[in-house]
Amino acid sequence: MNGQAASNGDSASPDFIRIENLSKHFDDFVAVDSVSLSIARGELFSILGGSGCGKTTLLRMLAGFEVPTTGRIFIDGIDVTDLPPYERPVNMMFQSYAIFPHMTVESNIGYGLRKDRLPKSEIGSRVDQMLELVKLNDFRHRKPDQLSGGQRQRVALARALIKRPKVLLLDEPLAALDRKLREHTQFELMAIQDRLKITFIVVTHDQEEAMTLSTRIAVMEQGRFEQVGTPKQVYEYPCNRFVADFIGTINTFESRVVGCTDGVIEVESAEAGSHLHALTDKPIASGDSVSIALRPEKIFISQERPDAAEDTCLHGIVEDLGYFGNLSLYRIRLSTGKIVQVSAQNRRRSAERFLEWNDEVWISWQRQSAVVLTE
Amino acid sequence: MTESAVKQFVNRNWQRLIVAVPYLWLLVFFLAPFAIILKISVADPVIAQPPFTPAFDETGRLQATWDNFTFLLTDKLYAITYLKSVTMAASATVLCLLIGFPMAYGIARASAGVRNLLLLLIILPFWISFLLRVYAWMGLMNNYGVINNFLIWLGVIDQPMQLMYRDFAIYVGLVYSYLPFMILPLYATLERMDLDLVDAAMDLGASPSVAFFDVTWPLARPGVVAGCLLVFIPAIGEYVIPYLLGGPEALLIGRVLFDEFFVNRDWPLASAVAIVLLLLLVVPIVLLQRSQARDTELAS
Ligand SMILES: Nc1ncnc2c1ncn2[C@@H]1O[C@H](COP(=O)(O)OP(=O)(O)OP(=O)(O)O)[C@@H](O)[C@H]1O
Ligand SMILES: [Mg+2]
Repeated sequence: MNGQAASNGDSASPDFIRIENLSKHFDDFVAVDSVSLSIARGELFSILGGSGCGKTTLLRMLAGFEVPTTGRIFIDGIDVTDLPPYERPVNMMFQSYAIFPHMTVESNIGYGLRKDRLPKSEIGSRVDQMLELVKLNDFRHRKPDQLSGGQRQRVALARALIKRPKVLLLDEPLAALDRKLREHTQFELMAIQDRLKITFIVVTHDQEEAMTLSTRIAVMEQGRFEQVGTPKQVYEYPCNRFVADFIGTINTFESRVVGCTDGVIEVESAEAGSHLHALTDKPIASGDSVSIALRPEKIFISQERPDAAEDTCLHGIVEDLGYFGNLSLYRIRLSTGKIVQVSAQNRRRSAERFLEWNDEVWISWQRQSAVVLTE
Repeated sequence: MTESAVKQFVNRNWQRLIVAVPYLWLLVFFLAPFAIILKISVADPVIAQPPFTPAFDETGRLQATWDNFTFLLTDKLYAITYLKSVTMAASATVLCLLIGFPMAYGIARASAGVRNLLLLLIILPFWISFLLRVYAWMGLMNNYGVINNFLIWLGVIDQPMQLMYRDFAIYVGLVYSYLPFMILPLYATLERMDLDLVDAAMDLGASPSVAFFDVTWPLARPGVVAGCLLVFIPAIGEYVIPYLLGGPEALLIGRVLFDEFFVNRDWPLASAVAIVLLLLLVVPIVLLQRSQARDTELAS
């Protein structure tokens, strides 16, 4: 029926999927809280958030398993809010995979096409294609419980892809895989998405996964979107503390604004023990409380005091350090007692360490590296 | 053997010892009685104590006869009784399945608190003696019983309906008594079933009814088989329900068995009736177990 992707007509209209004020209440509990969102055709959109923040619930509303308490969903210009799951141009890969245990790999994958009453020959050839795509040719006659976790995950993916839906919903598709296989599958997913031009919405609580995969990320917390943007925007310009903390590691200095000129603010921070500068386009007045946030890799570490006048410079001692092969992580204790995390690439190869415990060091950063968080 | 030797033996063989318990049970309480019944079924009836000929006569010759079995075959009464028992038990099983499946499904999908309450309600009747509950149905279905009085009071009927002493009453009794044995195994399989599977089927284009027959039903099969066996097997030999609720013409095999044993004191013939009944039961059980073995083989 409408499982088929429409002929790829118009270019990326930003409103291929449009969600308006979507909410889901379970009795008194608000699982999804008035979410609005637009997704363009062909995007690989990630929804990132902690456990229980409402990711699966949002996805289940898109697939048609949960009736929204309020709000509407449009896909390709059609209001699908009241359509049952079997009439939506959407397929889902379940968090539990939900592979039919009484069917072989082959008949699991072909199930969707059989329900569409396609001719046998076409079902056969498309199942073959899918088996090829997910590299399960040798396992076609196996039952699901004779498969490894990774193989099962690929069956689920193939089964969801075979109808060439307009939108593919993936609920934590890679959660069950080990690190190597996960990285490999991430790139496979991206390649498949690129080839089939299907719009993907991927739910994950793994921020690295979201960063690698997506064209855009929505960071979700307690049923709401905190920020929606490209991985770079979300990482470099987090809009609030939650997002900054959730994506990667970040150091924050509680501060009070003392001056603001031409988008450069000067703050006084007891935690840093000095005045700091940062760039911002947010409307900020003297006396406001803000946090100045810095990613560990934006901070330089040196034994001599750096001399660039524009930069912020703080003095401290190495409290702890960790070697991670390609980089080292340092925890620096400032004279105020504040701990700052710094990461540095290990460019030189040497048995000697560059820094040792309790070494006195200077940390510095460029003022454009600092992020101003107002909440 | 010293005490430590015993300990060692137990430690080494505890798995075998545990497995031996059910085998011992079956040997003592099933195989031995079966052998006795089998022996009696090939004996001749005599007026004596016990009322059948011994296996060996005074000269030590084995004496066995097929007379009882050939009699069962020649007298049409027995064939009719067996057939009636099988059809009644089978119909009651189907009725239990039709009523029990939606109930089990509903319980399995209810929220945790409601589910426990519903399960309790299913099991609650077992607190009361089976016999009392069957008597209670007599009170309900009497010509001047609760049901008839109520319907007359409502004005639906003006004459009492004959509910008792008909096959209808036997069906009511059978379905009422054995429904929990259908519901409980069905509930156990349905409760274990991953709900996402049904969602997945619907996601791939199956309407709710199609999803039911594609996913829910095949996965509930082990429960269906178990429930049907648990209803069919006791129902086929049921004595109390037809005796109390059914009419005098309701000749079921349990009744015949009772009459041969206690009224006619023809133990050999009664034993033959029991052996044939056992065969009638074993055949469907073996078939069902085959299908179940095939299912699990498919599933693994
Ligand atoms: N059917 C339901 N009835 C009541 N509460 C529900 C129901 N489904 C989900 N919830 C609640 O809604 C919240 C969001 O659940 P959801 O499954 O969407 O979380 P999630 O973000 O997918 O989490 P996870 O990462 O652990 O999968 C949870 O607190 C959950 O307890
Ligand atoms: Mg989830």
